[in-house]
Amino acid sequence: MNEIIEILEKNARATPEEIAKMLGMTTSAVRNSIKKLERDGVILKYKAIINKEIIRDEESGVRALIEVRVTPQKNLGFEYIAERIYRFPEVTSCYLMSGTYDLLVVVEGKSIHTVSNFVAEKLSPMENVRGTVTHFILKKYKEDGDILKQPERSKRPAISL
Amino acid sequence: MKISKLVKQIPPSGIRVFFELVLGMKDVISLGVGEPDFVTPWNIREKAIFSLEEGYTSYTSNKGIIELRREISRYLNGKYGLDYDPEEEILVTVGVSEGYDLAIRAITDSGDKVLVQDPTYVSYAPVITICGGKAVHMKTEPGDGFKITPRDISRVCDKKTRAIVLNYPNNPTGNSYSRKELKGIAVVVAKKGLIMVSDEIYCGLTYDFKHTPFSSLPGMKERTIYLNGFSKAYAMTGWRIGYACGPKDIIAAMTKIHQYTMMCVPITSQMAAVEALKNGDRSVEEMKREYRRRREFVIARLNEIGLSCHKPEGAFYAFPSIKKTGLSSLEFSSRLLKQEKVAVVPGTAFGPSGEGYIRISYATGFDKLKEAMEKIERFLKAL
Repeated sequence: MNEIIEILEKNARATPEEIAKMLGMTTSAVRNSIKKLERDGVILKYKAIINKEIIRDEESGVRALIEVRVTPQKNLGFEYIAERIYRFPEVTSCYLMSGTYDLLVVVEGKSIHTVSNFVAEKLSPMENVRGTVTHFILKKYKEDGDILKQPERSKRPAISL
Repeated sequence: MKISKLVKQIPPSGIRVFFELVLGMKDVISLGVGEPDFVTPWNIREKAIFSLEEGYTSYTSNKGIIELRREISRYLNGKYGLDYDPEEEILVTVGVSEGYDLAIRAITDSGDKVLVQDPTYVSYAPVITICGGKAVHMKTEPGDGFKITPRDISRVCDKKTRAIVLNYPNNPTGNSYSRKELKGIAVVVAKKGLIMVSDEIYCGLTYDFKHTPFSSLPGMKERTIYLNGFSKAYAMTGWRIGYACGPKDIIAAMTKIHQYTMMCVPITSQMAAVEALKNGDRSVEEMKREYRRRREFVIARLNEIGLSCHKPEGAFYAFPSIKKTGLSSLEFSSRLLKQEKVAVVPGTAFGPSGEGYIRISYATGFDKLKEAMEKIERFLKAL
């Protein structure tokens, strides 16, 4: 993997100057590479990772994983139905899966009620959706490589030979 | 109470006071640490916990469990083409510290001389003294990258010289030796009939070329005690586990001392070490890539703020010169600590040749490193 990507994936705030020093490149070369990655859509955006387990605000009260079985459409396969689903803003992630169901859809809502409504009123009635199974998430421990709690303090003594 | 003459000969550490100062201060950004900032990879920790649950709590064979010695042998063979017999040529030790102690005790008689570089890691010379030997320091020059040259060895060798200690990649300078440089040293070692005690604990952290174990050089296996361990590459310092490989008569002699003084390495650490060798390579590579980027960053920043520093080839240390500030190493380190709360180690902790230098450890998270460099820059400007 491109090392610039590796660095930014861990720390989106690393500046081109810092990355240049880390990789022994010139700042302008790093800037150009980043621009190209952005232009090509490899880097989509930069955002902070928020631990919603702590703030628990009303906007993001409940999350559910929904297994969706669908009938693929001629010529369009799963793409068409997937897009119909993921365009809803309530859907935070959407994956095509192997196994006993087809799409895994992650939905976020204010309450269990909001999420159930979404499933009942938006998702299930779609003509190609054959069935859904909803799992509510009770607690998140780790997400995309980040453990959702304060990093532990270093236990090393501050000086040693 | 009476203290033995040999022990009395060991000079007290000149920087103990400075260490106490650092340890007593809160919110210090520490660039003074000689161990990784990563914790041991989870698969290794998990394996150790499981071994306790299974009831592995006994003594082991003095030399270490055979499964571990086999894994060490297999690992050294796959990685460096070394050929050590797990039955007779490998001993599992309590870190390289014990391995080194055993090596020196096994080969040193009263009055024997052992060559050590200056600056150097702190424990080499005192152990030689405790064994009744005489540590002969070879002063190395910044112009040579603080490396020992074949000429340095020839110059100090006499009839009493038994062995030489080499540590590469080096603590504190971060330097290492290329295969070509080592071959030059091997020629003198053979000519003078020396034993090489080679501490290669940082070998997994070599950045610019492939590490060459001294014992892999032609004719050197039979005169080398190869010391290595798990502390640095696998972030396992607190587990206290390493190993010594060498000719079977030397390993037998070292084992004799080890069985009376240590008996064996804690079994939990041995279990963890097996896992490290079997499944640890991925974590090591990840940590190494991270260290390399920090190295580039730190060296570039140090030179930018006016502390000239060569690029170290391994370990996680930079050894910049502070001569242009006009301060001694200890003054520089103490004032930096008091004014900016950044801890570094004065070069003199590693011997008189370290005067005018400080050791900076980049085994610290990137954000901290960045902040520390800004503080050192501000400190220099205010001088």
